[in-house]
Amino acid sequence: MTVNADTTETAPARAAGAPRRLTPHLARLEAESIHIIREVAASFRRPVMLYSIGKDSSVMLHLALKAFHPGKPPFPLLHVDTTWKFREMIAFRDATARRLGLELIVHVNEEGLARGISPVASGSALHTQVMKTEALKQALTRHGFDAAFGGARRDEEKSRAKERIFSFRDAAHGWDPRNQRPELWTLFNTRIREGESIRVFPLSNWTEFDVWDYILAEDIPVVPLYFARPRPVVRRSGTWIMVDDERLPLGPGETPEMRMVRFRTLGCYPLTGAIESEADTLEKIIAEMRAARTSERQGRLIDTDEEASMERKKREGYF
Amino acid sequence: MTHHRPASAGQRELLRFLTCGSVDDGKSTLIGRLLHDTRLILDDQLAALARDSRRHGTTGEEIDLALLVDGLEAERQQGITIDVAWRYFSTPRRGFIVADTPGHEQYTRNMATGASHSSLAVLLVDARKGVLTQTRRHSIICALLGIRDIVLAVNKMDLAGFDQDHFDRIVGDYVTFASTLGFRSIVPIPLSARHGDNVTRRSGNTPWYHGPTLLEHLETVEVEQDLADKPFRFPVQWVNRPSQEFRGFSGTVASGRVAVGDQVVVAASGRSSRIARIVTADGDLPSAEAGQAVTLTLADEIDIARGDLLVPAAARPEMADQFAAHLLWMDEEPLLPGRTYLMRIGTLWTQASVTAVKHRLDVNTREEHAARTLSLNEIGFCNLAAAQRVPCDAYAENRATGAFILVDRYTNRTAGAGMIAFPLRRASNIHHADFVVDKLARAALDHQKPAVLWFTGLSGSGKSTVANLVELALHQAGRHTYTLDGDNLRHGLNKDLGFTAADRVENIRRVGEVAKLFVDAGLIVLCSFISPFRAERRMVRDLLEEGEFVEIFVDTPLEECMRRDPKGLYAKARAGAIRNFTGLDSPYEPPEAPELHLRTLGRTPQDCAEEVLARLRALGLMA
Repeated sequence: MTVNADTTETAPARAAGAPRRLTPHLARLEAESIHIIREVAASFRRPVMLYSIGKDSSVMLHLALKAFHPGKPPFPLLHVDTTWKFREMIAFRDATARRLGLELIVHVNEEGLARGISPVASGSALHTQVMKTEALKQALTRHGFDAAFGGARRDEEKSRAKERIFSFRDAAHGWDPRNQRPELWTLFNTRIREGESIRVFPLSNWTEFDVWDYILAEDIPVVPLYFARPRPVVRRSGTWIMVDDERLPLGPGETPEMRMVRFRTLGCYPLTGAIESEADTLEKIIAEMRAARTSERQGRLIDTDEEASMERKKREGYF
Repeated sequence: MTHHRPASAGQRELLRFLTCGSVDDGKSTLIGRLLHDTRLILDDQLAALARDSRRHGTTGEEIDLALLVDGLEAERQQGITIDVAWRYFSTPRRGFIVADTPGHEQYTRNMATGASHSSLAVLLVDARKGVLTQTRRHSIICALLGIRDIVLAVNKMDLAGFDQDHFDRIVGDYVTFASTLGFRSIVPIPLSARHGDNVTRRSGNTPWYHGPTLLEHLETVEVEQDLADKPFRFPVQWVNRPSQEFRGFSGTVASGRVAVGDQVVVAASGRSSRIARIVTADGDLPSAEAGQAVTLTLADEIDIARGDLLVPAAARPEMADQFAAHLLWMDEEPLLPGRTYLMRIGTLWTQASVTAVKHRLDVNTREEHAARTLSLNEIGFCNLAAAQRVPCDAYAENRATGAFILVDRYTNRTAGAGMIAFPLRRASNIHHADFVVDKLARAALDHQKPAVLWFTGLSGSGKSTVANLVELALHQAGRHTYTLDGDNLRHGLNKDLGFTAADRVENIRRVGEVAKLFVDAGLIVLCSFISPFRAERRMVRDLLEEGEFVEIFVDTPLEECMRRDPKGLYAKARAGAIRNFTGLDSPYEPPEAPELHLRTLGRTPQDCAEEVLARLRALGLMA
């Protein structure tokens, strides 16, 4: 592992202007992502960056800040809030936008909320459909965004592995995997008609390892939920679900217990499984990951609904 | 269990390679094997794989490694790889990005896509089948896309008894074939992707083979890293101007290197300045080289925008508006020479059209065939004309400044991928130099011949219907058109005119003048007017130059027009509500020598439109 000699747990970020310590591998990935982000700013009328508060979003946002230095990113952040995110995520989100002085748009599908849609009452599939996919489409349409950055990586999931970096969406925000534009060299086709849009994935070529290595090397703040800590959890479907607030109904015999857990990915808390872990620093997280035998999405209940469920959701407009 | 997982992707350079080969050569299985053997398949993925193997697999009870990479549902159902799938793995020595590309001929464009991102190709050959047409095709495409290092992976050696003579024969065949393709290295390896022989571990089944395993080779191969040694090229992506005090030009160094103090030139304008700073979020740099995303500031205020290319004064690119290029066609709709496409080269968008298809390349044999167009997945050698002079290099010299894409202006689909061979010299330029902008120049920009298509005939004869279909076809063929009819003129320009004989003549005179202006602007103008009198049609014809007025007599018998009566005008006229109605109480003088006499009775509008288009082609208006 390459760690800056001066980076310890208590050390602040590198002083500005200090020499770069990124590996050639990370430096190359960083440059490619910056290129993609600038390309969007230069080519679209009204871009937006989907900010989901997780580690990938943190990296993507960090790259956007670097891309336009000494200026600021010329686009707002958009968070599609299902109202079921961990409280620590929301606090982190608001603190981040404030700290960076960026415009943050928070969108909730009020109609879904009024219908009482929730992961608890409606099940994960309907909740995701209404509060994430539909909500995202509402927000994109309402604000007239013609390009939207997402933090998805191709190594996450099989159908993502074939997604373009500049991925075309029709006027109904749908994705047609059989009708994707060929993407040669870095000559991205940014042409769209009124109402159509492009989803852009600057982290396409990053792996989970790259993301954590980069967070460590660049000292990027992430939600504390990634670090192991004693948290109140219950055992469900072979994973640990955190009792983040009183809305989570407990089954008969279910009693929250305090366990040392952390999260590999973040989403709606009733749908996001924690792993037992002692990793309370970035270095320990990375070390733990190297020894891990399961993929990060394993903790996500929404992906196991059915085979190829991600591809189906993406066709419908999910990120 | 021990893990080979790397401590970090580390200090090794990244290797991007593609795997290609014919349909059942086992590309996906090979990548699955690499991921599996480098321990990048995790427990939950293995569990999913075991499930999938039972449902879709082709390996019986064994785990089908190909299913790891055959991502999309449709592919799993059909058992073939359709798209390009990207895979990532790393070993302690190197990180890899793999493009798994389709084998079928109808997916040539996908293979080319993978090749455009790769610096090495792993070409799979089935040991039982040897060098096939597909093997040759993939090699030719790799060569065309600038790949210079090949691994010839002779797969399924287990099914060929791990026989050395057999292997040597296949290698001999391939090397003979590939000798003229300009590859720098061809490394043959006998392997079995399914069983793992010589993929990541040396096989006991091939004691006669002394070369590296596939993974060893990929970990150590020196790929062409000379991009930094080529001349400096910097396509400006974004002008960064956060305040009055700062004006920087952001972009990625496409090739070469640049240092503070270097003299640079804007390729298109020739303006020059010196590099003042190389700005990054991590502080200023003394220099930057190919692959780095930076922001440059210059010592002087010169006009620079996105699309400009910064270059050294001493090593400038060609400036050309016409050039010869290999063009891979990627759209369902065939290439139409003469039609205008959007062209993207570097960060510059302009327009371009193919002026001539010199030949089509048979990607199986490299033979050159005469061709007038290119269909999906065909590759041609073409002359192109761009709407402006663009800075470019030959693709063989510099991928970054020699590659371009063509985009359909109406569907926005990525229609073609081009690799510039050489600029066409000024001497062969048809129209350049210091011309005044005239009708020909304007029309040439659109590669069309301006004209007036004058549809005349009785009310209800079908003039507008046919004209609309013709315009649609012209538009789809990339022609700039405009329609003049009663609807858009009577409501504006001619709203002071009534329907007296004098006003009707004045109406047509104005239509004629407007049509003339539009022809002067280079357009094809479609006019649908009853225009019953020969004299007024003559008047318009005389306003225009020889050959520009195309009179189309839409000939539908009066009875039929009255039967159709789409606007209910005949009924009103017969009820006495309209007077001077052509055909009833006002005469219609049929043309004596129209360019086209269109008899519509018993025919569909489409059929009629086709006849008009055929006539336009005969008149050279669709060339």
